[in-house]
Amino acid sequence: MNTEILGAIAMYAISILMAIPFGRYIAKVYAGEKTLLDTVLNPVENLFFRISGIDRKAEMNWKQHLVAMLTINFIWFMLGMFVLMNQGWLPLNPDGNPGQTADLAFNTSISFVVNCNLQHYSGESGVSYLSQLFLMFLQFVSAATGMAAAVILFIALKQKTADKLGNFYNLMLISCTRILLPASIVVASILAFNGMPMTFEGKDSIVNMQGDTVGVSTGPVAAFVAIKHLGTNGGGFYGTNSAHPLENPNYLTNMVEMFSQMIIPLAMIFALGFFLKRKKMAWMIFGVMTLGFLLLCIPTIIWEVQGNPAIAQMGVDMGSGAMEGKEVRFGSAASGFWSIATTVISTGSVNSMHDSAMPLSGMMQLLAMMTNAFYGGCGVGILNFFIFIILAVFISGLMVGRTPEFLGKKIEGREMKIAMIVALLHPLLILVGTALAAAFPGITSANLNNPGFHGFSEMLYEYTSSAANNGSGFEGLGDNNPWWNITTGFVLILSRFLPIIGPIAIAGLLANKKYIPESAGTLPTDSATFGMMVMAVIVIITALSFFPALTLGPIAEYFSM
Amino acid sequence: MKTNIFPAIKLTIVTLLFFCVVYPAVVWAIAQLAPGSGHGEMVTANGKRYYANIGQKFTEDRFFNSRPSAIEYNAAGSGGSNKGPSNPEYLAVVQARIDTFLVHNPGVAKKDIPVELVTASGSGLDPDISPKAALVQVKRVAAARKLSEEKITQLVSAHIEKPLLGMFGPEKVNVLSLNLALEKL
Repeated sequence: MNTEILGAIAMYAISILMAIPFGRYIAKVYAGEKTLLDTVLNPVENLFFRISGIDRKAEMNWKQHLVAMLTINFIWFMLGMFVLMNQGWLPLNPDGNPGQTADLAFNTSISFVVNCNLQHYSGESGVSYLSQLFLMFLQFVSAATGMAAAVILFIALKQKTADKLGNFYNLMLISCTRILLPASIVVASILAFNGMPMTFEGKDSIVNMQGDTVGVSTGPVAAFVAIKHLGTNGGGFYGTNSAHPLENPNYLTNMVEMFSQMIIPLAMIFALGFFLKRKKMAWMIFGVMTLGFLLLCIPTIIWEVQGNPAIAQMGVDMGSGAMEGKEVRFGSAASGFWSIATTVISTGSVNSMHDSAMPLSGMMQLLAMMTNAFYGGCGVGILNFFIFIILAVFISGLMVGRTPEFLGKKIEGREMKIAMIVALLHPLLILVGTALAAAFPGITSANLNNPGFHGFSEMLYEYTSSAANNGSGFEGLGDNNPWWNITTGFVLILSRFLPIIGPIAIAGLLANKKYIPESAGTLPTDSATFGMMVMAVIVIITALSFFPALTLGPIAEYFSM
Repeated sequence: MKTNIFPAIKLTIVTLLFFCVVYPAVVWAIAQLAPGSGHGEMVTANGKRYYANIGQKFTEDRFFNSRPSAIEYNAAGSGGSNKGPSNPEYLAVVQARIDTFLVHNPGVAKKDIPVELVTASGSGLDPDISPKAALVQVKRVAAARKLSEEKITQLVSAHIEKPLLGMFGPEKVNVLSLNLALEKL
């Protein structure tokens, strides 16, 4: 067991150590400074922009950014619908998988465009290789969209008074080519050398030692799994995601995949520090996020290592922990660690089945997505956290009787209204969605895999995962039907784009305002005190919004056991 | 909006080609150098071919048994039970597995049955069990094969895979490779 705990600590420590130099690299890329890959990538990018008729140096204001972002996202969505519904006759379909129904294609396409990867299908039977490759394309560009959005914020915060915030297409493409692509090639190579398939042949068939004939699904897995984690997408090649022995063959690949999903969200925090030349602020953000992460992670590991009390009562050896839905090669500690990392970071890939986790571990996974601001997804994590910073600036400003200011810009009514709408949207979507599902048991109760409180948790988890653009699930839920496909689809759209539009609008408005030099009267926003204030705001908003719902699900289940 | 549509479509097409053709082609080419050349790791024994990492259904007494699986180890798909920890039906299934195990392994005390032998894995394809879960089956396997327990215990010990670098992660035993070695005894 000690080696299991050590493994979890090592995964976390390596990610943090690597995030600092990687953050410096990311800041350089976005600042347009010289980097190693310039000679290879500049000509490629220039060619792409020449073909597309885009001037990468034409700067946009915040409104133009949003129009460009929404337009290209809409094109990706439509193309996704077309590929998924017609995959049956399109090429690269060796297993003869049929086209998706309209409601499933709607859900799948949306959820990959918004970086969620909810996956109401199983990879082995629900998509062709062509679709897998297309979804992989979306994994690149959706992550890049989030990163570009974060960089628009960075640029806006750096401006004294201006409204030129870089070019969206340029920021999006260099996120893909300079950051995601090189990292993906390295990670995919390591994975391929550890037994992960990378082939375009169809299903294999083997006869087992006991004589059963079984199929084996393979495919271009290594390329897919690399970007799935680096882009914090989380959509699995196989139905059981990174629990599958071909999608995560051994402990080393488990560490590499865990590292891959943590590195960019962590590095973006440090990138902010390097980009704005405000390292202290980066450490404040990192500190708050890390505190939140550890508070969620440590209890979960303990509960998972202790195992299921109901099974312990039967008198067997509980030494391995809660092993239902877990793999022996990872063990309960690394699985518990992963379950919180993936929900905090909005990856949503799983290496154990969250549905079978202990009740309070399930609650921690839910809380990780309900706060959705500790580390967070590629780029969007910073945006979510920015909203909480704005709220904290405003509240602490009122408390000490000063005008709320952030980085020399006054926070006024308009910014506060936007911040409040974004902050309240998240609980609204989750709670209304779950309430609707609970209000129509005739439609939804047959989809539940477990009775009682746990069944309620399954519904709550599905909407929480959608609203956090996470993509993991209590997978017992039978979610491939019009109710779940359509309702979560709409939750996905709203919860992706409003939390991007909101912070960018605030940033754009702030960038336009007059710069007020910092003075003795300015409330410092990079101190530990302010960090505690942000933490308090996060805890209060989350607790007030979600405590009643959690009481009906995981907390009730815990006390009933 | 209008000024964006055509540039966005064109940019989508070129990036689509780049990330759906060039990137996987590069990874595919690298994977050709890997063991198994991109098909996953294989083992062959007696002219038969198996996937080293894909667990198999072993339920007979003469083999070391693998963990319960929600999909009966058919790797055409994958899946866990997704049963919640308090689900009464599920707990009854676990109890039944314990009872079955005790019937097949007379002389084993209940407290020595490792929990992973009565709970289903996440993928339904778990290739491994813990060393304890292998050792607890030694007596049954030895009796079924009419071999000495010592010899089988030695075989199990030889198949225990240490944590990564001796430091990270659990110890485990690959059930397929253990059973293949068993057949050679």
